[in-house]
Amino acid sequence: MLLYLFALLVATSTAVLIFAGGLVTSTGSGLSVPDWPTTYGWFMFTFPLDKMVGGIRYEHTHRLIASTVGFLIVILAVWLWRAEPRAWVRRMGYVALAAVVTQGILGGITVLWYLPDLVSIAHAGLAQLVFCLTISIALVLSPGWKSAYEPSRAVKARAAYNGDPVLQRIALATTILIYVQILAGATMRHTDAGLAIPDFPFAFGRLIPPVWDAKIAIHFAHRVGALIVASMVIATTGHALYHHGRRGELRRPSILLLALVAVQITLGALTVLSGKQFIINSLHVVTGAAVFGTSLVLTLRAHRPRFAFDAAPRAYGSAA
Amino acid sequence: MSGRFSIRCLSAAMTVALLTAACGGGQPDSSTPAATGAPATPPTTIESATAATVTGKISFAGTAPAAAPIKMTSDPNCAQPGAPPATTEAFLVGSGGELQNVFVYVKDGLGNRTFAAPSTPVVLNQQGCHYLPHVLGIQVGQPLEIRNDDATLHNVHALATQNAEFNQGQPLKGMKNIHTFTTKEVMVPFKCDVHGWMNSFVGVLDHPFFAVTGADGSFALKGLPPGTYTIEAWHEKLGTQTQMVTVGEKETKDVAMTFKL
Repeated sequence: MLLYLFALLVATSTAVLIFAGGLVTSTGSGLSVPDWPTTYGWFMFTFPLDKMVGGIRYEHTHRLIASTVGFLIVILAVWLWRAEPRAWVRRMGYVALAAVVTQGILGGITVLWYLPDLVSIAHAGLAQLVFCLTISIALVLSPGWKSAYEPSRAVKARAAYNGDPVLQRIALATTILIYVQILAGATMRHTDAGLAIPDFPFAFGRLIPPVWDAKIAIHFAHRVGALIVASMVIATTGHALYHHGRRGELRRPSILLLALVAVQITLGALTVLSGKQFIINSLHVVTGAAVFGTSLVLTLRAHRPRFAFDAAPRAYGSAA
Repeated sequence: MSGRFSIRCLSAAMTVALLTAACGGGQPDSSTPAATGAPATPPTTIESATAATVTGKISFAGTAPAAAPIKMTSDPNCAQPGAPPATTEAFLVGSGGELQNVFVYVKDGLGNRTFAAPSTPVVLNQQGCHYLPHVLGIQVGQPLEIRNDDATLHNVHALATQNAEFNQGQPLKGMKNIHTFTTKEVMVPFKCDVHGWMNSFVGVLDHPFFAVTGADGSFALKGLPPGTYTIEAWHEKLGTQTQMVTVGEKETKDVAMTFKL
Protein backbone atom coordinates (compact mmCIF):
# COMPACT_ATOMS: atom_id res chain seq x y z
CA MET A 1 0.00 0.00 0.00
CA LEU A 2 2.85 2.35 0.85
CA LEU A 3 4.45 1.76 -2.54
CA TYR A 4 1.12 2.53 -4.22
CA LEU A 5 0.79 5.79 -2.30
CA PHE A 6 4.35 6.70 -3.20
CA ALA A 7 3.66 5.99 -6.88
CA LEU A 8 0.62 8.28 -6.63
CA LEU A 9 2.86 10.99 -5.19
CA VAL A 10 5.30 10.53 -8.07
CA ALA A 11 2.50 10.79 -10.65
CA THR A 12 1.13 13.93 -8.97
CA SER A 13 4.56 15.54 -8.82
CA THR A 14 5.02 14.78 -12.52
CA ALA A 15 1.79 16.67 -13.25
CA VAL A 16 3.11 19.60 -11.21
CA LEU A 17 6.31 19.44 -13.25
CA ILE A 18 4.33 19.61 -16.50
CA PHE A 19 2.51 22.69 -15.20
CA ALA A 20 5.85 24.28 -14.28
CA GLY A 21 7.16 23.47 -17.76
CA GLY A 22 4.06 25.08 -19.22
CA LEU A 23 4.80 28.23 -17.24
CA VAL A 24 8.34 28.32 -18.66
CA THR A 25 7.18 28.29 -22.27
CA SER A 26 4.12 30.47 -21.62
CA THR A 27 6.29 33.22 -20.13
CA GLY A 28 9.03 32.86 -22.74
CA SER A 29 11.55 32.08 -20.01
CA GLY A 30 13.14 29.02 -21.59
CA LEU A 31 16.47 30.73 -22.15
CA SER A 32 16.51 32.97 -19.08
CA VAL A 33 19.07 30.62 -17.59
CA PRO A 34 21.63 30.24 -20.37
CA ASP A 35 23.68 27.42 -18.87
CA TRP A 36 22.87 23.81 -17.91
CA PRO A 37 23.10 21.86 -15.65
CA THR A 38 24.47 24.82 -13.69
CA THR A 39 22.48 28.02 -13.16
CA TYR A 40 24.53 31.11 -13.97
CA GLY A 41 27.55 29.07 -12.93
CA TRP A 42 26.05 28.03 -9.57
CA PHE A 43 25.38 24.42 -8.68
CA MET A 44 21.65 24.14 -9.23
CA PHE A 45 20.71 23.61 -5.60
CA THR A 46 22.88 26.44 -4.24
CA PHE A 47 21.57 29.14 -6.57
CA PRO A 48 20.66 32.09 -4.30
CA LEU A 49 16.94 32.61 -3.80
CA ASP A 50 17.28 36.40 -4.07
CA LYS A 51 18.50 35.94 -7.63
CA MET A 52 15.31 34.19 -8.67
CA VAL A 53 13.96 37.17 -10.60
CA GLY A 54 12.06 37.65 -13.84
CA GLY A 55 12.08 34.63 -16.12
CA ILE A 56 14.62 32.83 -13.91
CA ARG A 57 11.85 32.16 -11.36
CA TYR A 58 10.03 29.96 -13.88
CA GLU A 59 13.01 28.28 -15.50
CA HIS A 60 15.00 27.57 -12.35
CA THR A 61 11.91 26.43 -10.42
CA HIS A 62 11.14 24.07 -13.31
CA ARG A 63 14.66 22.65 -13.03
CA LEU A 64 14.35 22.20 -9.25
CA ILE A 65 11.00 20.43 -9.57
CA ALA A 66 12.40 18.31 -12.41
CA SER A 67 15.34 17.26 -10.25
CA THR A 68 12.96 16.36 -7.43
CA VAL A 69 10.74 14.32 -9.75
CA GLY A 70 13.83 12.61 -11.17
CA PHE A 71 14.94 11.72 -7.65
CA LEU A 72 11.47 10.42 -6.77
CA ILE A 73 11.47 8.24 -9.88
CA VAL A 74 14.89 6.83 -8.93
CA ILE A 75 13.41 5.89 -5.55
CA LEU A 76 10.33 4.42 -7.22
CA ALA A 77 12.46 2.31 -9.58
CA VAL A 78 14.60 1.03 -6.73
CA TRP A 79 11.56 0.34 -4.58
CA LEU A 80 9.87 -1.57 -7.38
CA TRP A 81 13.04 -3.51 -8.02
CA ARG A 82 13.27 -4.49 -4.36
CA ALA A 83 9.61 -5.10 -3.54
CA GLU A 84 7.50 -5.71 -6.62
CA PRO A 85 6.93 -9.37 -7.51
CA ARG A 86 5.67 -8.72 -11.06
CA ALA A 87 8.61 -8.48 -13.46
CA TRP A 88 6.68 -6.36 -15.99
CA VAL A 89 5.87 -3.80 -13.32
CA ARG A 90 9.54 -3.68 -12.29
CA ARG A 91 10.39 -3.11 -15.93
CA MET A 92 7.97 -0.18 -16.04
CA GLY A 93 10.01 1.37 -13.23
CA TYR A 94 13.23 1.01 -15.21
CA VAL A 95 11.61 2.47 -18.32
CA ALA A 96 10.28 5.42 -16.28
CA LEU A 97 13.78 6.01 -14.92
CA ALA A 98 15.33 5.88 -18.39
CA ALA A 99 12.61 8.18 -19.71
CA VAL A 100 13.08 10.79 -17.01
CA VAL A 101 16.87 10.75 -17.52
CA THR A 102 16.34 11.22 -21.26
CA GLN A 103 13.87 13.97 -20.49
CA GLY A 104 16.44 15.78 -18.35
CA ILE A 105 19.02 15.54 -21.13
CA LEU A 106 16.50 16.85 -23.68
CA GLY A 107 15.74 19.75 -21.35
CA GLY A 108 19.42 20.58 -21.12
CA ILE A 109 20.02 20.23 -24.84
CA THR A 110 17.10 22.48 -25.71
CA VAL A 111 18.57 25.23 -23.53
CA LEU A 112 22.13 24.83 -24.83
CA TRP A 113 20.93 24.74 -28.44
CA TYR A 114 18.59 27.74 -28.03
CA LEU A 115 15.26 25.90 -28.08
CA PRO A 116 15.27 24.16 -31.46
CA ASP A 117 11.65 23.30 -32.31
CA LEU A 118 12.21 19.58 -32.72
CA VAL A 119 14.02 19.13 -29.40
CA SER A 120 11.53 21.32 -27.55
CA ILE A 121 8.59 19.36 -29.02
CA ALA A 122 10.31 16.09 -28.11
CA HIS A 123 10.83 17.44 -24.56
CA ALA A 124 7.12 18.26 -24.31
CA GLY A 125 6.08 14.91 -25.81
CA LEU A 126 8.33 12.83 -23.58
CA ALA A 127 7.09 14.70 -20.51
CA GLN A 128 3.62 13.32 -21.21
CA LEU A 129 5.00 9.81 -21.64
CA VAL A 130 6.81 10.05 -18.29
CA PHE A 131 3.54 11.19 -16.74
CA CYS A 132 1.73 8.33 -18.44
CA LEU A 133 4.29 5.83 -17.13
CA THR A 134 4.02 7.07 -13.54
CA ILE A 135 0.21 6.95 -13.72
CA SER A 136 0.35 3.43 -15.12
CA ILE A 137 2.69 2.30 -12.37
CA ALA A 138 0.43 3.81 -9.71
CA LEU A 139 -2.58 2.16 -11.32
CA VAL A 140 -1.14 -1.34 -11.46
CA LEU A 141 -0.01 -1.01 -7.85
CA SER A 142 -3.48 0.02 -6.70
CA PRO A 143 -5.54 -2.40 -4.59
CA GLY A 144 -8.34 -2.23 -7.15
CA TRP A 145 -6.12 -3.37 -10.00
CA LYS A 146 -4.62 -6.14 -7.91
CA SER A 147 -8.03 -7.49 -7.04
CA ALA A 148 -9.07 -7.13 -10.67
CA TYR A 149 -11.79 -4.76 -9.41
CA GLU A 150 -13.48 -7.61 -7.55
CA PRO A 151 -15.02 -9.39 -10.49
CA SER A 152 -18.28 -11.09 -9.82
CA ARG A 153 -18.46 -14.84 -9.57
CA ALA A 154 -20.12 -14.95 -12.94
CA VAL A 155 -17.22 -13.10 -14.50
CA LYS A 156 -14.66 -15.21 -12.70
CA ALA A 157 -16.45 -18.28 -13.87
CA ARG A 158 -15.96 -17.27 -17.46
CA ALA A 159 -12.37 -18.31 -17.77
CA ALA A 160 -12.15 -16.94 -21.29
CA TYR A 161 -13.56 -13.54 -20.32
CA ASN A 162 -11.32 -10.87 -21.75
CA GLY A 163 -13.43 -7.80 -21.16
CA ASP A 164 -15.39 -5.69 -23.62
CA PRO A 165 -13.41 -5.68 -26.88
CA VAL A 166 -15.31 -2.67 -28.25
CA LEU A 167 -14.50 -0.59 -25.20
CA GLN A 168 -10.92 -1.79 -25.25
CA ARG A 169 -10.40 -0.78 -28.87
CA ILE A 170 -12.20 2.55 -28.74
CA ALA A 171 -10.55 3.55 -25.46
CA LEU A 172 -7.11 2.67 -26.80
CA ALA A 173 -7.77 4.63 -30.00
CA THR A 174 -8.95 7.61 -27.95
CA THR A 175 -5.83 7.55 -25.78
CA ILE A 176 -3.55 7.39 -28.83
CA LEU A 177 -5.46 10.25 -30.49
CA ILE A 178 -5.16 12.34 -27.34
CA TYR A 179 -1.41 11.86 -27.42
CA VAL A 180 -1.28 12.85 -31.11
CA GLN A 181 -3.32 15.92 -30.21
CA ILE A 182 -0.88 16.74 -27.41
CA LEU A 183 2.00 16.52 -29.89
CA ALA A 184 0.08 18.83 -32.25
CA GLY A 185 -0.37 21.25 -29.36
CA ALA A 186 3.32 21.08 -28.51
CA THR A 187 4.19 21.78 -32.14
CA MET A 188 1.85 24.75 -32.15
CA ARG A 189 3.33 25.99 -28.91
CA HIS A 190 6.96 25.69 -29.92
CA THR A 191 6.50 27.10 -33.40
CA ASP A 192 4.76 30.13 -31.93
CA ALA A 193 1.53 29.39 -33.76
CA GLY A 194 -0.72 29.75 -30.70
CA LEU A 195 -2.31 32.94 -31.97
CA ALA A 196 -1.94 32.27 -35.69
CA ILE A 197 -5.75 32.15 -35.74
CA PRO A 198 -6.69 35.02 -33.44
CA ASP A 199 -10.42 34.40 -33.02
CA PHE A 200 -12.54 31.61 -31.55
CA PRO A 201 -14.67 29.59 -32.30
CA PHE A 202 -14.26 30.79 -35.89
CA ALA A 203 -11.07 31.19 -37.86
CA PHE A 204 -10.77 34.73 -39.19
CA GLY A 205 -14.56 34.89 -38.95
CA ARG A 206 -15.11 31.71 -40.95
CA LEU A 207 -15.33 28.00 -40.36
CA ILE A 208 -12.26 27.37 -42.52
CA PRO A 209 -9.41 29.90 -42.56
CA PRO A 210 -9.55 32.00 -45.75
CA VAL A 211 -5.74 32.36 -45.74
CA TRP A 212 -3.14 29.73 -45.08
CA ASP A 213 0.48 29.52 -44.01
CA ALA A 214 2.41 26.96 -41.98
CA LYS A 215 1.44 28.44 -38.60
CA ILE A 216 -2.24 28.75 -39.48
CA ALA A 217 -2.19 25.13 -40.70
CA ILE A 218 -0.61 23.90 -37.45
CA HIS A 219 -3.07 25.91 -35.36
CA PHE A 220 -6.08 24.75 -37.37
CA ALA A 221 -4.89 21.13 -37.19
CA HIS A 222 -4.90 21.43 -33.38
CA ARG A 223 -8.48 22.73 -33.45
CA VAL A 224 -9.63 19.95 -35.76
CA GLY A 225 -7.77 17.51 -33.51
CA ALA A 226 -9.72 18.85 -30.53
CA LEU A 227 -13.00 18.10 -32.32
CA ILE A 228 -11.90 14.58 -33.19
CA VAL A 229 -10.65 13.90 -29.67
CA ALA A 230 -13.85 15.30 -28.12
CA SER A 231 -15.94 13.07 -30.41
CA MET A 232 -13.87 10.02 -29.52
CA VAL A 233 -14.08 10.80 -25.82
CA ILE A 234 -17.87 11.14 -26.04
CA ALA A 235 -18.08 7.84 -27.93
CA THR A 236 -15.80 6.02 -25.48
CA THR A 237 -17.31 7.34 -22.30
CA GLY A 238 -20.82 6.95 -23.72
CA HIS A 239 -20.12 3.32 -24.43
CA ALA A 240 -18.53 2.78 -21.03
CA LEU A 241 -21.35 4.46 -19.15
CA TYR A 242 -24.11 2.77 -21.13
CA HIS A 243 -22.73 -0.74 -21.03
CA HIS A 244 -20.67 -0.69 -17.83
CA GLY A 245 -22.28 2.06 -15.81
CA ARG A 246 -22.38 -0.09 -12.69
CA ARG A 247 -18.67 -0.72 -12.71
CA GLY A 248 -17.20 2.11 -10.68
CA GLU A 249 -13.68 1.61 -12.03
CA LEU A 250 -14.97 2.48 -15.52
CA ARG A 251 -17.73 4.92 -14.58
CA ARG A 252 -15.52 7.25 -12.52
CA PRO A 253 -12.75 7.85 -15.12
CA SER A 254 -15.43 8.16 -17.82
CA ILE A 255 -17.21 10.97 -16.01
CA LEU A 256 -13.91 12.60 -15.11
CA LEU A 257 -12.72 12.36 -18.71
CA LEU A 258 -15.86 14.06 -20.02
CA ALA A 259 -15.48 16.86 -17.48
CA LEU A 260 -11.79 17.31 -18.21
CA VAL A 261 -12.36 17.52 -21.96
CA ALA A 262 -14.99 20.22 -21.40
CA VAL A 263 -12.55 22.15 -19.19
CA GLN A 264 -9.74 21.63 -21.69
CA ILE A 265 -11.73 22.99 -24.65
CA THR A 266 -12.75 25.98 -22.54
CA LEU A 267 -9.11 26.60 -21.58
CA GLY A 268 -8.07 26.31 -25.22
CA ALA A 269 -10.63 28.93 -26.20
CA LEU A 270 -9.59 31.19 -23.35
CA THR A 271 -5.94 30.80 -24.32
CA VAL A 272 -6.71 32.31 -27.72
CA LEU A 273 -9.17 34.93 -26.48
CA SER A 274 -6.84 36.09 -23.69
CA GLY A 275 -3.89 36.44 -26.06
CA LYS A 276 -2.12 33.48 -24.43
CA GLN A 277 -2.38 34.64 -20.82
CA PHE A 278 0.36 32.57 -19.24
CA ILE A 279 -1.60 30.97 -16.38
CA ILE A 280 -4.47 29.95 -18.66
CA ASN A 281 -1.99 28.72 -21.24
CA SER A 282 -0.14 26.60 -18.65
CA LEU A 283 -3.39 25.21 -17.24
CA HIS A 284 -4.27 24.17 -20.79
CA VAL A 285 -1.01 22.19 -20.93
CA VAL A 286 -1.49 20.40 -17.63
CA THR A 287 -5.18 19.73 -18.25
CA GLY A 288 -4.13 18.12 -21.52
CA ALA A 289 -1.93 15.82 -19.46
CA ALA A 290 -4.85 15.09 -17.13
CA VAL A 291 -7.08 14.19 -20.10
CA PHE A 292 -4.37 11.89 -21.42
CA GLY A 293 -3.80 10.28 -18.02
CA THR A 294 -7.51 9.75 -17.35
CA SER A 295 -8.07 8.22 -20.77
CA LEU A 296 -5.10 5.95 -20.14
CA VAL A 297 -6.54 4.82 -16.81
CA LEU A 298 -9.88 4.06 -18.48
CA THR A 299 -8.08 2.14 -21.24
CA LEU A 300 -5.97 0.10 -18.85
CA ARG A 301 -8.95 -0.70 -16.65
CA ALA A 302 -10.90 -1.77 -19.72
CA HIS A 303 -8.02 -4.08 -20.55
CA ARG A 304 -7.65 -5.37 -16.99
CA PRO A 305 -9.35 -8.74 -17.71
CA ARG A 306 -6.65 -9.45 -20.27
CA PHE A 307 -4.03 -9.36 -17.53
CA ALA A 308 -3.73 -12.56 -15.56
CA PHE A 309 -5.19 -12.76 -12.08
CA ASP A 310 -1.60 -13.58 -11.34
CA ALA A 311 -1.08 -14.98 -7.90
CA ALA A 312 -2.62 -11.90 -6.46
CA PRO A 313 -3.10 -12.43 -2.72
CA ARG A 314 0.10 -14.39 -2.14
CA ALA A 315 2.50 -12.22 -4.11
CA TYR A 316 1.03 -8.83 -3.28
CA GLY A 317 0.95 -9.45 0.41
CA SER A 318 4.63 -8.64 0.80
CA ALA A 319 4.91 -6.11 -2.01
CA ALA A 320 3.81 -3.02 -0.24
CA MET B 1 13.58 -10.76 -15.81
CA SER B 2 16.22 -12.28 -13.59
CA GLY B 3 17.37 -10.46 -10.47
CA ARG B 4 20.92 -10.13 -11.80
CA PHE B 5 19.71 -8.58 -15.03
CA SER B 6 17.51 -6.22 -13.07
CA ILE B 7 20.48 -5.07 -11.01
CA ARG B 8 22.50 -4.43 -14.17
CA CYS B 9 19.65 -2.48 -15.77
CA LEU B 10 19.11 -0.35 -12.70
CA SER B 11 22.83 0.28 -12.22
CA ALA B 12 23.21 1.37 -15.83
CA ALA B 13 20.23 3.73 -15.62
CA MET B 14 21.48 5.28 -12.38
CA THR B 15 24.96 5.71 -13.83
CA VAL B 16 23.48 7.60 -16.76
CA ALA B 17 21.46 9.72 -14.33
CA LEU B 18 24.56 10.60 -12.31
CA LEU B 19 26.62 11.34 -15.41
CA THR B 20 23.84 13.59 -16.66
CA ALA B 21 23.96 15.56 -13.46
CA ALA B 22 27.74 15.68 -13.31
CA CYS B 23 28.50 16.53 -16.90
CA GLY B 24 26.74 18.87 -19.24
CA GLY B 25 27.61 22.01 -21.05
CA GLY B 26 28.09 24.47 -18.24
CA GLN B 27 27.98 28.16 -18.97
CA PRO B 28 28.96 29.08 -22.46
CA ASP B 29 32.29 30.77 -22.98
CA SER B 30 31.73 34.35 -22.03
CA SER B 31 34.05 35.79 -24.61
CA THR B 32 33.95 34.70 -28.20
CA PRO B 33 37.32 34.52 -29.94
CA ALA B 34 38.17 37.34 -32.29
CA ALA B 35 36.56 36.99 -35.66
CA THR B 36 38.36 35.80 -38.70
CA GLY B 37 36.84 38.70 -40.54
CA ALA B 38 40.14 40.05 -41.80
CA PRO B 39 39.70 41.37 -45.30
CA ALA B 40 41.27 39.34 -48.09
CA THR B 41 42.37 42.45 -49.92
CA PRO B 42 44.13 45.45 -48.38
CA PRO B 43 41.73 47.79 -46.64
CA THR B 44 40.57 50.83 -48.56
CA THR B 45 42.08 54.13 -47.58
CA ILE B 46 39.64 57.00 -47.89
CA GLU B 47 41.30 60.23 -48.91
CA SER B 48 39.92 62.91 -46.65
CA ALA B 49 40.50 65.50 -49.37
CA THR B 50 37.89 63.87 -51.61
CA ALA B 51 35.61 62.27 -49.02
CA ALA B 52 31.92 62.97 -49.37
CA THR B 53 29.10 63.01 -46.84
CA VAL B 54 25.48 61.93 -46.89
CA THR B 55 23.34 63.58 -44.28
CA GLY B 56 19.64 63.44 -43.75
CA LYS B 57 16.63 63.20 -41.57
CA ILE B 58 14.22 60.37 -40.96
CA SER B 59 10.66 61.28 -40.15
CA PHE B 60 7.44 59.61 -39.20
CA ALA B 61 4.14 60.74 -40.69
CA GLY B 62 0.95 60.07 -38.83
CA THR B 63 0.15 59.24 -35.27
CA ALA B 64 2.70 57.00 -33.63
CA PRO B 65 1.57 54.49 -31.03
CA ALA B 66 2.04 55.93 -27.57
CA ALA B 67 4.90 54.54 -25.54
CA ALA B 68 3.49 51.91 -23.19
CA PRO B 69 4.59 51.70 -19.57
CA ILE B 70 6.81 48.73 -18.71
CA LYS B 71 5.95 46.70 -15.62
CA MET B 72 9.21 45.79 -13.94
CA THR B 73 7.69 44.27 -10.83
CA SER B 74 9.15 40.86 -11.62
CA ASP B 75 12.56 42.16 -10.55
CA PRO B 76 12.72 44.77 -7.80
CA ASN B 77 16.38 45.41 -8.66
CA CYS B 78 15.39 47.03 -11.96
CA ALA B 79 13.79 50.12 -10.52
CA GLN B 80 16.07 53.15 -10.67
CA PRO B 81 15.58 55.55 -7.75
CA GLY B 82 14.26 58.87 -9.01
CA ALA B 83 14.09 57.70 -12.61
CA PRO B 84 10.91 58.35 -14.62
CA PRO B 85 8.64 55.36 -15.23
CA ALA B 86 10.08 53.13 -17.94
CA THR B 87 8.26 52.98 -21.25
CA THR B 88 8.65 51.03 -24.49
CA GLU B 89 11.22 52.34 -26.97
CA ALA B 90 9.92 51.11 -30.30
CA PHE B 91 8.43 54.46 -31.34
CA LEU B 92 10.39 57.50 -30.25
CA VAL B 93 8.97 60.33 -32.32
CA GLY B 94 9.63 64.02 -31.80
CA SER B 95 7.00 66.74 -31.97
CA GLY B 96 7.91 67.44 -35.59
CA GLY B 97 7.83 63.79 -36.58
CA GLU B 98 11.56 63.18 -36.02
CA LEU B 99 12.09 59.43 -35.77
CA GLN B 100 14.76 58.19 -33.37
CA ASN B 101 16.60 54.86 -33.38
CA VAL B 102 16.60 54.34 -37.13
CA PHE B 103 19.65 52.49 -38.41
CA VAL B 104 20.84 54.17 -41.62
CA TYR B 105 23.60 52.61 -43.68
CA VAL B 106 25.12 52.19 -47.11
CA LYS B 107 23.51 49.06 -48.44
CA ASP B 108 25.15 49.04 -51.84
CA GLY B 109 27.66 50.98 -53.92
CA LEU B 110 30.97 50.37 -52.19
CA GLY B 111 32.04 47.74 -54.73
CA ASN B 112 34.85 45.47 -53.69
CA ARG B 113 36.35 47.89 -51.22
CA THR B 114 37.28 46.45 -47.87
CA PHE B 115 37.60 48.23 -44.57
CA ALA B 116 39.65 47.40 -41.50
CA ALA B 117 37.67 46.81 -38.33
CA PRO B 118 38.43 49.30 -35.55
CA SER B 119 39.91 47.83 -32.39
CA THR B 120 37.90 50.24 -30.24
CA PRO B 121 34.98 48.34 -28.77
CA VAL B 122 31.39 49.39 -29.20
CA VAL B 123 29.62 49.29 -25.85
CA LEU B 124 26.19 47.77 -25.24
CA ASN B 125 25.26 48.45 -21.66
CA GLN B 126 22.51 47.04 -19.48
CA GLN B 127 21.31 49.73 -17.14
CA GLY B 128 18.04 49.94 -15.25
CA CYS B 129 17.06 46.73 -17.06
CA HIS B 130 17.34 48.48 -20.42
CA TYR B 131 19.82 48.07 -23.21
CA LEU B 132 21.74 51.25 -23.89
CA PRO B 133 21.78 52.12 -26.70
CA HIS B 134 18.63 50.59 -28.08
CA VAL B 135 20.00 50.49 -31.63
CA LEU B 136 23.66 50.47 -32.58
CA GLY B 137 26.00 49.64 -35.43
CA ILE B 138 29.26 47.74 -35.46
CA GLN B 139 31.75 46.42 -38.00
CA VAL B 140 32.55 42.80 -38.62
CA GLY B 141 35.53 41.94 -36.43
CA GLN B 142 35.10 44.95 -34.17
CA PRO B 143 34.74 44.07 -30.48
CA LEU B 144 31.31 44.47 -28.91
CA GLU B 145 31.65 45.03 -25.19
CA ILE B 146 28.51 43.95 -23.35
CA ARG B 147 28.31 45.29 -19.81
CA ASN B 148 26.03 44.66 -16.90
CA ASP B 149 25.63 47.82 -14.82
CA ASP B 150 22.64 46.42 -12.94
CA ALA B 151 22.62 44.80 -9.53
CA THR B 152 20.73 41.88 -11.01
CA LEU B 153 21.19 39.02 -13.45
CA HIS B 154 20.87 39.37 -17.17
CA ASN B 155 21.21 36.91 -19.98
CA VAL B 156 22.42 38.40 -23.23
CA HIS B 157 20.72 36.51 -26.01
CA ALA B 158 21.65 37.44 -29.57
CA LEU B 159 19.20 35.95 -32.05
CA ALA B 160 21.57 36.12 -34.99
CA THR B 161 20.76 34.27 -38.18
CA GLN B 162 23.84 34.95 -40.33
CA ASN B 163 26.23 34.99 -37.36
CA ALA B 164 26.30 32.45 -34.56
CA GLU B 165 23.45 32.78 -32.08
CA PHE B 166 24.67 33.13 -28.51
CA ASN B 167 23.21 33.35 -25.02
CA GLN B 168 25.52 34.43 -22.23
CA GLY B 169 24.78 34.92 -18.55
CA GLN B 170 25.88 38.00 -16.65
CA PRO B 171 24.85 37.27 -13.08
CA LEU B 172 26.90 39.99 -11.40
CA LYS B 173 27.06 43.76 -11.62
CA GLY B 174 30.14 44.98 -13.44
CA MET B 175 30.56 41.92 -15.63
CA LYS B 176 31.75 42.45 -19.19
CA ASN B 177 31.74 40.13 -22.15
CA ILE B 178 33.43 40.75 -25.47
CA HIS B 179 31.90 39.41 -28.64
CA THR B 180 32.84 39.83 -32.28
CA PHE B 181 30.67 39.15 -35.30
CA THR B 182 32.02 37.22 -38.24
CA THR B 183 29.76 38.39 -41.04
CA LYS B 184 27.48 41.29 -41.88
CA GLU B 185 23.89 41.10 -40.68
CA VAL B 186 21.22 43.78 -40.52
CA MET B 187 19.95 43.50 -37.82
CA VAL B 188 20.88 41.16 -34.96
CA PRO B 189 18.14 41.33 -32.31
CA PHE B 190 19.32 41.12 -28.70
CA LYS B 191 17.02 40.17 -25.86
CA CYS B 192 17.12 39.35 -22.19
CA ASP B 193 14.92 36.37 -21.38
CA VAL B 194 15.03 37.23 -17.67
CA HIS B 195 13.44 40.62 -18.32
CA GLY B 196 11.14 40.11 -21.28
CA TRP B 197 10.85 43.81 -22.13
CA MET B 198 14.59 44.26 -22.73
CA ASN B 199 15.56 44.29 -26.37
CA SER B 200 18.12 45.91 -28.60
CA PHE B 201 19.21 45.73 -32.24
CA VAL B 202 22.73 45.61 -33.59
CA GLY B 203 23.54 46.32 -37.24
CA VAL B 204 26.67 44.46 -38.32
CA LEU B 205 28.38 45.70 -41.46
CA ASP B 206 31.63 45.13 -43.29
CA HIS B 207 32.20 48.89 -43.66
CA PRO B 208 32.02 51.94 -41.41
CA PHE B 209 29.26 53.86 -43.21
CA PHE B 210 26.32 53.64 -40.84
CA ALA B 211 24.61 55.78 -38.25
CA VAL B 212 21.67 55.71 -35.87
CA THR B 213 19.26 58.64 -35.84
CA GLY B 214 19.15 60.72 -32.70
CA ALA B 215 16.23 62.49 -31.07
CA ASP B 216 16.17 65.01 -33.94
CA GLY B 217 15.89 62.19 -36.51
CA SER B 218 19.11 63.22 -38.20
CA PHE B 219 22.09 61.15 -39.32
CA ALA B 220 25.39 61.63 -41.13
CA LEU B 221 27.43 59.15 -43.13
CA LYS B 222 30.87 60.72 -43.38
CA GLY B 223 34.06 59.83 -45.22
CA LEU B 224 32.40 58.21 -48.25
CA PRO B 225 34.36 57.77 -51.45
CA PRO B 226 32.66 59.65 -54.29
CA GLY B 227 30.11 57.42 -55.99
CA THR B 228 26.51 56.30 -56.21
CA TYR B 229 25.07 54.55 -53.20
CA THR B 230 21.93 52.84 -52.03
CA ILE B 231 21.09 54.17 -48.60
CA GLU B 232 18.80 52.05 -46.46
CA ALA B 233 16.96 53.12 -43.33
CA TRP B 234 15.81 50.36 -40.97
CA HIS B 235 13.31 50.69 -38.15
CA GLU B 236 12.36 47.86 -35.79
CA LYS B 237 8.62 48.23 -36.37
CA LEU B 238 8.35 50.17 -39.60
CA GLY B 239 10.64 48.10 -41.77
CA THR B 240 13.04 49.53 -44.32
CA GLN B 241 13.22 52.24 -46.95
CA THR B 242 15.93 52.79 -49.52
CA GLN B 243 17.06 55.73 -51.57
CA MET B 244 19.77 56.20 -54.20
CA VAL B 245 22.22 59.05 -53.86
CA THR B 246 25.24 60.14 -55.87
CA VAL B 247 27.98 62.18 -54.24
CA GLY B 248 31.00 63.78 -55.88
CA GLU B 249 34.33 64.70 -54.33
CA LYS B 250 33.95 66.63 -51.05
CA GLU B 251 30.25 66.87 -51.74
CA THR B 252 27.53 66.67 -49.09
CA LYS B 253 24.10 65.47 -50.11
CA ASP B 254 20.97 65.42 -48.07
CA VAL B 255 18.56 62.49 -47.96
CA ALA B 256 15.12 62.50 -46.37
CA MET B 257 12.91 59.52 -45.75
CA THR B 258 9.49 59.34 -44.18
CA PHE B 259 8.00 56.24 -42.59
CA LYS B 260 4.31 55.62 -42.20
CA LEU B 261 2.34 52.98 -40.36
